[in-house]
Amino acid sequence: MNWSNILTIYGKELRDMLRDRRTLLSMIVIPTLLMPAIMIGIGFIMFKVVRQARATAPTVMIIGGDDSPRARAALAANEKIKFVPLAADWRHQISDKKVRAAVEIPAGFDAALERGDAATVKIYNYEGEMRSGFAVGEVRRFFTDYRDKVITARLEGRGLPATFVKPFEVKTENVAPPEKVGGNVIGGIIPYMFLLLCFTGAMYPAMDLTAGEKERGTMETILCSPVSRLDLVLGKFFMVLTASLSTVLFSLISMGLTFMIGGAVMANMSGAGAAVRTAGAASGTASMLPSIDPLGMLAVLGMVLPMAVFFSAILLTISLFAKSFKEAQSYVSPLIILIVLPGVVGMLPGVELNTRLALVPILNVSLVSKELVSGVWQWHYLALIFGSSCVYAAVALGLAVKMFNREDVIFRT
Amino acid sequence: MIEAHHLTKTFKDKKRGEIHAAEDVSFRVEAGQIYGLLGANGAGKTTTLRMLATLLKPTSGHANVAGFDVVERAQQVRANVGFLAASTALYGRLTARETMAYFGRLNGIADAEIKVRTKRLADELGMHEFLDRRCDKFSTGMKQKTSIARTLIHDPAVMIFDEPTLGLDIMAARTIVKFVRDCRGRGKTVIYSTHIMSEVEKLCDVIGIIHNGKLLAEGTLAALRVRYGEQEMEEIFVKAVGGEGAK
Repeated sequence: MNWSNILTIYGKELRDMLRDRRTLLSMIVIPTLLMPAIMIGIGFIMFKVVRQARATAPTVMIIGGDDSPRARAALAANEKIKFVPLAADWRHQISDKKVRAAVEIPAGFDAALERGDAATVKIYNYEGEMRSGFAVGEVRRFFTDYRDKVITARLEGRGLPATFVKPFEVKTENVAPPEKVGGNVIGGIIPYMFLLLCFTGAMYPAMDLTAGEKERGTMETILCSPVSRLDLVLGKFFMVLTASLSTVLFSLISMGLTFMIGGAVMANMSGAGAAVRTAGAASGTASMLPSIDPLGMLAVLGMVLPMAVFFSAILLTISLFAKSFKEAQSYVSPLIILIVLPGVVGMLPGVELNTRLALVPILNVSLVSKELVSGVWQWHYLALIFGSSCVYAAVALGLAVKMFNREDVIFRT
Repeated sequence: MIEAHHLTKTFKDKKRGEIHAAEDVSFRVEAGQIYGLLGANGAGKTTTLRMLATLLKPTSGHANVAGFDVVERAQQVRANVGFLAASTALYGRLTARETMAYFGRLNGIADAEIKVRTKRLADELGMHEFLDRRCDKFSTGMKQKTSIARTLIHDPAVMIFDEPTLGLDIMAARTIVKFVRDCRGRGKTVIYSTHIMSEVEKLCDVIGIIHNGKLLAEGTLAALRVRYGEQEMEEIFVKAVGGEGAK
């Protein structure tokens, strides 16, 4: 191994790549701009839609209740709901989103309340439709308040305290620290994102430096130089690894900035707290961002590192086999599923780390990262996963070197 | 000097079975000599030259290039060889100067010496005008000159040319032919493969006719003329490979 040659090759590949607009696009521009653009874009749209929806009173029809003027009058006085006259096709109108809901007041409702009989108010809605949901919420809130008022009046009439019907309260309180809560919520997504970016960042350079070189005829040129195949592979490998890690790094920085800036912007824009809370959940604003253990985040990066080595080497090996860039793409693109699948399994609730799963590449990193960002350090698993990942990476790199020594692969026609 | 002894290369193909791309090929090229390897497409020229340049390992037989065995001392062989082929392209995103520096460094030449050699080669080949421009913007002639400079930056003792004029216009081809002659003038050992008869007649001191992987005839142009009783190289070639109907 000649480090001077490896550095020369790496330096040339780096210069070459930095002059290639396509690489810059996939390595720097897309991870830096696209992710925040998507996040802010979706967040902004969600924020506007929700705010607008909340600002407009939902339209509701009242069915029946002609013999219950008290309930009807109280309901009509609610400013948060816009009542429209009943139409015969009210069911269709709800389905067609012309009205958001209908409320049916049973016959003799006022009288039934006077007598103390049971009565049922029915609300008709469009299940899953946001504005219909708002309408139902308002109508339900009105009738719950109305019921409470009736109960209070009845209790007062009998000289009984409010605790008569509510002898005790039930409350829940979170005792887990915020980073553990945050880790549990987004712990699965972060390593999954890292792994995916690691892979996609390495994809283009790996294909370009192998199949691309074969296609352009420069592979034969470099093979004629007195550089050993090992030095050549390592020079190219370090370049692919650089691209892979840069993609992660640029995404990380841009996502961090997005959370900070986006959060501040959103907070300024919001007057109504409720609207921000709903929009914030989608956009991930800073104030709503679940807190995570920063040391754990660093550890996740450490665990992802051997995976980046593994991906870079595997991608080099597979791409080298291809005769052209296009052929390499058809081999490499389906491999994304191999990253997505274990990543998704790792995010599923209830999938816990054990010794066997600790040896499954990708899935093991995904699972242990979930624990790490929650501030849980299971040292024996960490050692096992890091060790096994390093072994996989070494095997993949060995395979890449072996492939570069196979003339039937290099000169495949 | 190049010495090839019974070089044989067999490829395995799923559909066609075993393919004998080169079979028992032996020849010798002295320093200051141009050896022309003449053959039709698929005759085994590229395979033979790739074995000499250590890009392919011989299935059997052996070869010495610049005093080193092509299998045992492959890296030393490559350090003493300049390989130029139609299939050896340039890095489009590097400039001509960067290309020379890159290959100079890979050959272990110090940066100060690379600068001196770059200037000298640019003077000789008339490259100053485009030395700092990217290769992907070059005309064919500029590319050829840069490729020549790339092969010469480490001043190799042996030059291997594999159909270097393939697809070139007449002016670019002339640059190559002149360069090959210059190499002989500098005392380098030159092996030159082509299927263009006129190039062989103009350039080569010794001609080897290769067909179906086998070296069928070898000698100076004068000797081949006497042996086959023909003046034109084309006629000599047709007779050597077994007549018009030869496969």
